[in-house]
Amino acid sequence: MTTDNHSKEIAPLSDPGIPEHVHRRTDTDPKAAKKAERQVAILFSISAIGTILFVYSYTFMSGDIFVFLPVMGSTNAKQLFLGLGMAISLFFIGLGAVHWAKMLMPDNEIIAHRHEFRSEESDREDFVKTVKAGAEAAGLGRRSLIKRSLGAALGLVGLTPLLLLRDLGPLPKDDFTKTSWKAGTRLVTDPGNRPIKPSDLEVGAVAQVLPELQPGELRKLENIGKDAVLLIRIRPEEFQLDAERLSWTHEGIIAFSKICSHMGCAVALYEQQTKHLLCPCHQSTFDVTRAAKVIFGPSARPLPQLALMIDADGYLVAKQPFTEPVGPSFWERDSA
Amino acid sequence: MNFISRYRRSKFFGPALLAAALFILGTTYSVASATTFKAVTPASDKTTLVAEGKELFARGCSSCHGLNAEGGSIAPSLLGVGAASVDFQVGTGRMPMADMSVQASRKTPVYDEAQTAALAAYVASLAPGPASIKSADLAWERSGDTAQGGELFRTNCAMCHNFAGQGGALSQGKYAPSVMGAEPGQIYEAMITGPQSMPVFSDKIITPAEKLSIIKWIKSAEAEPSLGGASLGRTGPVTEGLLSWTLGIGGLIGVAVWLASKAR
Amino acid sequence: MSAKERAAGSVANYVDERTGAAKWMKKNLTKVFPDHWSFMLGEVALYSFIILLLSGTFLTFWFDPSMKEVEYEGNYGPLSGLKMSAAYASTLHISFDIRGGLLMRQIHHWAALLFMVAIVTHLLRVFFTGAFRKPREFNWLLGIGLLTLGIVEGFLGYSLPDDLLSGTGIRIAEAIIQAIPVVGSYLAYFVFGGPFPGEVFIPRIYTVHILLLPGIFLALITVHLMLVWYQKHTQYPGPGRTEKNVVGYPLMPIYMAKAGGFFFIVFGFTAFLGAVASINPIWLFGPYTPAQITAGSQPDWYMGWLDGLVRMAPPLETHAFGHTISWNILIPGLIIPGILFTGMALYPFIESWMTGDKREHHLLDRPRNVPTRTAIGVMSLTFMIVTLLNGGNDIIATHFGLTINQIMWFSRIGVLVLPPIAYIVTKRICLSLQRADRELVLHGKETGRLVMLPHGEFIEVHEELSPEKKWTLTQHEQLPQLEIAQENQSGVRNPKGLRAKLQQRASRAHQEQIEKPSAKDLLELGDGHH
Repeated sequence: MTTDNHSKEIAPLSDPGIPEHVHRRTDTDPKAAKKAERQVAILFSISAIGTILFVYSYTFMSGDIFVFLPVMGSTNAKQLFLGLGMAISLFFIGLGAVHWAKMLMPDNEIIAHRHEFRSEESDREDFVKTVKAGAEAAGLGRRSLIKRSLGAALGLVGLTPLLLLRDLGPLPKDDFTKTSWKAGTRLVTDPGNRPIKPSDLEVGAVAQVLPELQPGELRKLENIGKDAVLLIRIRPEEFQLDAERLSWTHEGIIAFSKICSHMGCAVALYEQQTKHLLCPCHQSTFDVTRAAKVIFGPSARPLPQLALMIDADGYLVAKQPFTEPVGPSFWERDSA
Repeated sequence: MNFISRYRRSKFFGPALLAAALFILGTTYSVASATTFKAVTPASDKTTLVAEGKELFARGCSSCHGLNAEGGSIAPSLLGVGAASVDFQVGTGRMPMADMSVQASRKTPVYDEAQTAALAAYVASLAPGPASIKSADLAWERSGDTAQGGELFRTNCAMCHNFAGQGGALSQGKYAPSVMGAEPGQIYEAMITGPQSMPVFSDKIITPAEKLSIIKWIKSAEAEPSLGGASLGRTGPVTEGLLSWTLGIGGLIGVAVWLASKAR
Repeated sequence: MSAKERAAGSVANYVDERTGAAKWMKKNLTKVFPDHWSFMLGEVALYSFIILLLSGTFLTFWFDPSMKEVEYEGNYGPLSGLKMSAAYASTLHISFDIRGGLLMRQIHHWAALLFMVAIVTHLLRVFFTGAFRKPREFNWLLGIGLLTLGIVEGFLGYSLPDDLLSGTGIRIAEAIIQAIPVVGSYLAYFVFGGPFPGEVFIPRIYTVHILLLPGIFLALITVHLMLVWYQKHTQYPGPGRTEKNVVGYPLMPIYMAKAGGFFFIVFGFTAFLGAVASINPIWLFGPYTPAQITAGSQPDWYMGWLDGLVRMAPPLETHAFGHTISWNILIPGLIIPGILFTGMALYPFIESWMTGDKREHHLLDRPRNVPTRTAIGVMSLTFMIVTLLNGGNDIIATHFGLTINQIMWFSRIGVLVLPPIAYIVTKRICLSLQRADRELVLHGKETGRLVMLPHGEFIEVHEELSPEKKWTLTQHEQLPQLEIAQENQSGVRNPKGLRAKLQQRASRAHQEQIEKPSAKDLLELGDGHH
C-alpha cells in the first residue's frame, strides 16, 4: 500500500442514497402504538410522584433524620428525598417527552438543502458600492481633519474608564516588604495568643505563631497573611547554618515565615524526622536544617527566616524584622 | 455450558464477561487481603511489669532498637521516649514494623493490652518520658469545645491530616494517616510524643484542655453523618471532578445515545 | 373550526399583524436537525448553563457577599462561635437553615462541573470531526471564548463561599497576579483593594460572577446558537448525506420534544447528583484564614491542569537589577496556558493553511480519515491529562501507594515525552484503521465461518459489505498535497521561501493517507474476492 499522493478522487463509489424508511412497530401495529402511549403516560405519572415526594419531604420531613444506605453511608434523609423527588419529577418529564417523540411522532427523515453562504456577486458589488457611497457622503476620505480629530478623541475617551478604575485600590508602596514583626515583638501561639518560652518547646516540637497584638489591636487577615510564622525546635547540632543564621536561632529553635515563597500558601507541613517543610499546595520542600533551602518543587527561594532571641522575661521575641519580603515574588522584590 | 454457547455471540456477552471477571477479581482480592494478624499469646508469670516488658523487648524489639533500647542503625533510640510513645506505637500496631517501608502503618496490634503496658513500663523505666494516656482518663466529652478544637485542628493538623482528618500525602511516599477511628488516648499520645514524621505539640503550645478540644472535634467529624449525600471520601475536589467525568457525563451520554437512536 | 382553534388563531393573528412572525416561523418550525448522540454534548452545556442561572438566582436570595467578620451563631455546631466572613456564614445559612438550600448549592456546583465537562467534550467532538472548518470558524472562536470564560466563572464561583479551600485558591490567584512583571504588585493591589485578602475581593467578584460574566455568556451563547441555526447543523457522512443537504428531523415536533425533554433529563440528572453526592462541603473546610491550610488543597477539575502545571514547574526565578521575575509562576500560570489557548483558537486557520482547503464543509470527518488532526488532538489531550493528573498527585499518591515525588517526576518528564509519542502512535493507528477500512470495502467482513473447498483447502467466508456501508467508508475526500512553488520560473527562490517550505512540509504531513478504494479497485477485483 503506498502512501504517496497523486489525486485520489478517481471514480469514487456511488452514493446509494438515503436508505428506505423502515416503519416502526408503532407505525404499523395500533396495539404497539397504544402501548407506547401508555408508557409515555406512565413516565409522566412517575414525574408527578416525584413532585409529591418533593412536596412531602419539604413540608413534613424533619431535618434531623438520617438513613443508612450502602455506598452513601448515613445520609440526611430530608436532603436526600428532596433531591430525589426533584430529580424524579424532572427526569421523567424528559424521559416521557423523548419516548413520545421517538415512538409516536413521525420518524421520516427530512432532507433540507443547504446554500452556499457567499452572497451573489452582484449583491457583493452592490454592498461595496453602498459602503463606498456612504463613506463618500460622510466625506471620510476628503475631510481628514475630522478623521484625525475623531481618532484622537476616541483614543482619549478610552482613558476615562481606565482612570475610573484607579481607585480600585491604593498603591502598594512598600507594603510587600513589610510585616508586623519588629525587634522585640513577642511570638504568641495561634490560636491562643500566649507568649512562648524556649522551655515550652521540646526537641521535635512545632508551634504556629503570630506576633503579639498591642492592647486594643485586632487580628486582621491581611496581617496574618504576612505575619504567620512557624517555630520549630531541633537539636542545635543538626543545624547547617552560617554564623549569622545560626545566631538567629535560639537553643535549637528556629523560626520561618509560614507564607510560601512560591505562591503564598501556609507552609506548615513539618516532617519531624527528615526536618523538611512541605507546602501542600504545590509541594515545594524546604530543608529546615539548611535555612529552609528548597530541595524539591517549584519554589525558587528559601522561606525567610525570623531572627529570634529572648526578652527580659524569658519569652521568645523577634530580634529584628524580617530581612527580606515574605511570600511570593513580585517585580519590585530586590533580593535573591 | 449450553447457556454460554447460546449467548456467546450476544453483543452483551463481552461486557457481561468483563463485569463478571472484575467482580470475581475484586471479591477474591478483598477476601485475600483481609487476613489478619494473630496475636502472640502472653507467656506471663513474671512478677513485675518491667521485667515482663524487658523480656518482651528483648525478644520482639531489641533486634532493631538494641538490647538496651539504645537504638541501632535502622531504628532510633527509645531512651526518653516514655511510656506514651510505646503505648501509641505498639498499641496502634505500628510497632513492630511489618517491613522496612518508609513508614510504619497502623495495623492490628501484635501485643495485647497487658503486654503493651509491660513494654511501656520497661521503656519508661530506662529514662523519664511522657506517661501513657488511657482514653478512659480523658474527659474530652465533658471539657472539650468542638468549635475551638476545629480551629486548632485546622491550624495545627489539617495541613497533613486534611480538613476532615482523612489523612494526606507527605514527601517521598510518607503520609499522614487518617485520624478517623483513632482512640482518643492514642490521638493524645501522638500529639505529645510526635511519632514518626509528626512533630510534637507541647503542652504549653497546645494546652491539655485544647488537646481535648481537638479530640472532641475529631470525634465529632467522625460521627458526623453525610449531610449532602455520599461523602466522596472527604478529599476535596479531586473525587468530585472524577465523578463528573464518569457518572456525570457518562450518564448523560448514555441518555443521549438512547435519545438519538432510532426506534424500532 | 373549534373554539380552541379560534382562540389560538386570534392570538396568532394579533402577534403576526404586529411582527410578521408567521413567515419566519413557518420556515423555521420545520428546520431540520440531524440526530446523533454526540450532537447532544453542546446541549448538555447549554442546559447546564440554564440550570446554573436558575439555581444561582436561588442562592443569591440568601448569600451575603461580604468579607465583614461575623461570629457564627447558626445551626452547625462544630463551627459555632467562630469568627468568619459574612459570605461564609451566609453559605452555612443556605446549607443548614434554608430547606432545599444545600440541595440547590450542590445542584449549582454539580451543574458547574458538568457545564465544563460538557464544554470540553463538545469541543473534542467538534475538533475530532472537523466541524470547525469553513464556514464555522467564528463559532469555534466563540466556543473557545465560552470555555475560557467558563473557567474564570467557575473559579470565581468556587471562591465566593470564602472557605479554607477557596481562600487558598484566591491566595494562589493573587500570587499569579503579583508575579506579572512591572505591574504585578499594582494590579494585585487594585484587584484586592489593598493587601491580600482585604475586604473587597468577594463583593467584587460576586458582581462579576452573577452579573458581568453571565451577561457575556448569554450574549455569546445566543450568537453561538444563532450561527448554528443559520448555518445549519453539520452531519455525519452516510448514504444520501452530502455537502449540499442536511438529513434529520424537523424542529416541530420531533426536535422540540427531544431537546425540550433532554433539558428536563439534564436537570433531573443534575438534581440526582445534588441529592446523592456531596460536593464542596464547606462546613468541613472551615472559614478562610491565611495561616491555615489543608492537605490536598486542589481547585475544581477545570483548573486542575493549571495547578498541575504549576506544581511541576522548575524552580526558576530571575533576580537582576533589583527586580524579580518568577518564571516558576509565569511559565505554567500564564505563558503555557496562553500558548495553548491561542493555538486552539487559531487551529481552524492553521489547518486550512496546511491543507490549502478554502471550501465549505458540512459533512463531518471520521477522525481516522484525518490522521494528523486526530494526532494533534490526542497529543494535546495527553498533555492535558498528564498535567491534570499531576494536579491531583497528592490524592493519587495516598490512594495508590505512590509518592508525590515520583508522580511529579513522571509528570515533568511525561509532559514533554508523552505528547509526541501520543502523536506518532495516534497517527499510525489512524492509518492502520484506514487500511482496515480499505480491506473491509474490498474484501468484506470476516464472518468466522470456515469452509472446506473440494480440494481440501480451508477458507474463511467473507461477507460483502452493503452499498450503504461501503459508501460511508469511502465517501471522504482525499486531498492531494499542496504543490507550492519553491522557486519561480527563472529559478529565483520564492521570496516567501521559508513559509512556503513550511507549508509544503505541513501539507505533506497532513495529507498522509492510505489510498481509499475506488470504484475501479472494486471492479478490478471483480468476483475474485471471497
